Amino acid sequence: MLKATLKSVLARKLRLVLSGLAVVLGVMFVSGSFVLTDTLDRSFKDLFATVYSEVDVEVAVKPKVDQDNPEAARAGTLTADDVKAVESVDGVRTAVGDVIGSARPIGENGKVLTTSGAPRVGTAWRDGGQEEMREGHPPRRDDEVAISAYLAETGGFQVGEQVSVLTLEPKRTFTVAGIFGYPGNRASLGGELTTAFTETTAQQLLLGTPGAFSGITVRADDGVSQAVLRDRIQAALGDAYQVKTGEQLAKEQADEIGEGLAFFNYVLLGFAGIALFVGIFIILNTFSIIVAQRTRELALLRAMGASRKQMIGSVVVEAVVIGLIASVVGLGAGIGVGALLANVFSTIGGGSLHLAGIAVPPSAIISSFAVGIIVTVLAALLPALRASRIAPVAALREAATPDRPLTRLTVAGGALSLVGGGMLGFGFAGGSLWPILSGLLLSFIGVALLTPLISRPVVSLIGKLLAWSMPGTLGRRNSARNPRRTAITAAALMVGIALITGVSVVLTSATTSITKVADTQIKADLIISGESTNGQAGGTFGPDRVEKVLATPGVESAFGWYNDGVLIDGQRKFGTVVTDVPAMERIFGLTSTSGTISDLEDGEIGLDEATATALNLRQGGTATVQTTKGEQRAYTVAFVLAKTTLVADSVFLPRSTADEFALAQVNTAFVKTDPGANVADVRKSIEPLFADNPEVSVQDLSSFVRQQTAQLDTVLLMIQILLALAILIAVLGVINTLALSVIERTRELGLLRAIGMRRAQVMRMITVESVVISVFGALLGLVVGTALGVAAVQALKDQGFTDLGIPWMQLGSYLLIAAGVGVVAAILPAIRAARLNVLQAISYE
Amino acid sequence: MTGNVESAARAVDVWKSYGTGEAAVTALAGVSVEFDRGRFTAIMGPSGSGKSTLMHCLAGLDTIDSGDVWIGATKVNGLRDKGLTELRRSQVGFIFQQFNLLPTLTAEENITLPLAIGGQKVDRAWFDAVIDTVGLRDRLTHRPTQLSGGQQQRVACARALVARPEVVFADEPTGNLDSRSGAEVLGFLRRSAHEFGQTVVMVTHDPNAASYADRVIFLADGRIVRELHDPTAAAVLDTMKVLDGDDRLVVA
Repeated sequence: MLKATLKSVLARKLRLVLSGLAVVLGVMFVSGSFVLTDTLDRSFKDLFATVYSEVDVEVAVKPKVDQDNPEAARAGTLTADDVKAVESVDGVRTAVGDVIGSARPIGENGKVLTTSGAPRVGTAWRDGGQEEMREGHPPRRDDEVAISAYLAETGGFQVGEQVSVLTLEPKRTFTVAGIFGYPGNRASLGGELTTAFTETTAQQLLLGTPGAFSGITVRADDGVSQAVLRDRIQAALGDAYQVKTGEQLAKEQADEIGEGLAFFNYVLLGFAGIALFVGIFIILNTFSIIVAQRTRELALLRAMGASRKQMIGSVVVEAVVIGLIASVVGLGAGIGVGALLANVFSTIGGGSLHLAGIAVPPSAIISSFAVGIIVTVLAALLPALRASRIAPVAALREAATPDRPLTRLTVAGGALSLVGGGMLGFGFAGGSLWPILSGLLLSFIGVALLTPLISRPVVSLIGKLLAWSMPGTLGRRNSARNPRRTAITAAALMVGIALITGVSVVLTSATTSITKVADTQIKADLIISGESTNGQAGGTFGPDRVEKVLATPGVESAFGWYNDGVLIDGQRKFGTVVTDVPAMERIFGLTSTSGTISDLEDGEIGLDEATATALNLRQGGTATVQTTKGEQRAYTVAFVLAKTTLVADSVFLPRSTADEFALAQVNTAFVKTDPGANVADVRKSIEPLFADNPEVSVQDLSSFVRQQTAQLDTVLLMIQILLALAILIAVLGVINTLALSVIERTRELGLLRAIGMRRAQVMRMITVESVVISVFGALLGLVVGTALGVAAVQALKDQGFTDLGIPWMQLGSYLLIAAGVGVVAAILPAIRAARLNVLQAISYE
Repeated sequence: MTGNVESAARAVDVWKSYGTGEAAVTALAGVSVEFDRGRFTAIMGPSGSGKSTLMHCLAGLDTIDSGDVWIGATKVNGLRDKGLTELRRSQVGFIFQQFNLLPTLTAEENITLPLAIGGQKVDRAWFDAVIDTVGLRDRLTHRPTQLSGGQQQRVACARALVARPEVVFADEPTGNLDSRSGAEVLGFLRRSAHEFGQTVVMVTHDPNAASYADRVIFLADGRIVRELHDPTAAAVLDTMKVLDGDDRLVVA
């Protein structure tokens, strides 16, 4: 029996390839994700081990509020006395004061150089560090810098040339005195851009305080362990200092990145899961068709005395074989893809991250085989059960079994859809992930089960639009011929399209809502803000610039704000200092529920309604606030703002607190022009004020909104790319169904050719069938996806999704793409059908 | 050589073999035959005699090694796929033993299929005449699965006739039918030759079926060995016995 099954599998190589391919792609996605994230994880561990290889203990000021932005200034600075204090601790060989901060070099085109996540670092040059001078000499004068080889490469700088750098201060220009690299001929440690200044320059530009240090790097005497030394220094300095060993720091930073990578891996695996889910439809369909075509063969085996168990076994073994082969191929392909992506990441994405060797983690192997085999067997189970129910007499009958009624399928589909929809609603309402995911899954299965019923009227309608000639009519009729087969093929396509559509609807609604809020609530004409690239915020400016903007002719009012994390009654909130609160009140159209909106005196704070409620505070109440650099103090609530979508989760602080922020600079300013003033002209006169800071742009409101919402387009693009695989697998399904149908209808095709159908007409017939199936799947996906999107937007109404936006253009393009996909999917089966030898086809059994 | 307007189909010294070297089998060994317009001809012969091959070559379904094949004024050998398709669509009608109809189409749609494929209009008067002759008027909206075997074959006959082809080729058209349904189909083929002037060429191994024809051609080992005109079933059977004796073949 086993031998017969294996022979039967091998005899159907085409089917093996087609149904196996869906699994291969899914498994490839899974194992590729594991290989990629594992490689990157180990590479980052190596990176931080290298970074801290010359550090036994590092001393810094303990942050009072956790920092989000790695490029922001430190929580506080140390003095030369601190360095001396550390030096005197027993067991310290050397203690060197570091000056490390953010320095963003400007490239030749006048734009600030960016990386893909690695920091842009400024330091004070230290002899005897890891840096190896390659060319020139270290910075000796205050107008000289040494730059890393990677920065020289990225910006095209050479020794003797000028380089402009943004730091806490606006643009300053230096001469490149030298270019340095790192051991092992590396241009950077991990794709970072480093500028080394003289110590006094670095202290002024990076820390804003002469004589200050951001940290102290300590090397231990021989025989003194890192941990022992750490404890001694901690004891000597006291609790205001943060003392960590080099190993500890390397581990902490690697772990932080590792967490991000783990999340990234989950996201990739989620998309792999979707692809595999679609794969199940394809395999289920393939096996169903195979079992239907083998009815006589299986019945003959039954007649010869094979048991039902053996029938099920024969199909399941076939599935296991396919699953096993597909897993091996998928794992191999996944390792290749993972390695490729890791290389792409290290060269393009991460600058010059030194890749650890590609290895295959056990998780990749285990998950590949588990997923590949389980998915295939799961998908083959239903067809296997059907095979077991084939009566021995079927061998004697013509294979034409009557259509089974769809009642049971429809009832089950309806029930599942309802349950799924209910769970979705529950999940959206509660904002919890698992009910949403399982609801989605159940809804998709439910709709897939309902599809055969829907397919009859819808397919004939779509067909009528497409079928204007005889081959078209035949194609349309063929696609309506087996509703289950058409339905499951279309349903596979539905899943991908529905998810893309749902996300599109949600994101379009977000854009619509943001745009509407901006249009109706923000009365600013110009917005001055830093452009953030790859999440690297830059472009802050001194408050004096806001004053200069105010003095510009045509400007009626303007205000800027500073932001930093603060702790209020122990909770982390968004601290905001506004240069002119009444101006904000006017420009944002704010109202208060209690208190008067006015500039805050020392010791006063303002809250928005939601934050006040969350903190259980009201006007006149007191709260303790901890800023990054300042001391913890008690503040009185001066006003509470009525509910607004413009500020959320915010604590407004008096202007004097700005100096206690990690970075005492304004990051955004809003400008209202005089009535009748030409906004473009005002903008032209404001722009020169920021000419020394290419990170800052002056935009009118609509382009500012477009810039903000453009990020959503990137999100949509990423999701579309990741879902493309699910759609690709669905396309394989369409090809598969058509190819198997062509084999099944060999005689019919032969007859058509015999009575004079041209090859082109045969191809058109197959193409129409394919397009009908694809468009049907896309329509289902659009309807289901739009419903999902609308439900999500409804659920998120309180989170600022005030308006529903349906991306009609996008939805239309998905439909067109689906039609195109149908044409492409038909190519191979159509060629196969057209090439049939007429004589052989009409005598085909 | 030009096409003879008097004959609907013609084979001139046609040779055809399958396989190469040791395994080569000669299916047709210099067959020359003409089929007169408006006559019903049966081709008979034992299995492997080349009767099906001859029909396939005449209809342009199979290629020949040498010789010439004409349908009306069209030389079949040398035509490429496009020309052959055109030929099959407009000058040849087919009736196969089984699977003659497309299951997704109604009887009427099946009948008019060759015209629909060619984008031609249906000649209603001719269509009605054909339908009434095969007696399918009340079955036109039925699907093939709702028709009996005999009815299906009559639909196939109507389809073969509806485009008014030069020749209708029928390959064992009654092979799957009971004798009564078979008699109906054969009677119709005979009438279409005599009443409509339709040339019909039928391959069969059934002497009774052959007796409906105006002329019977006997093939053996790829050659035409005997010919009968206006045969009776008994005459056909006698000829077969004689031929069997010559070839020492046993026919059950």
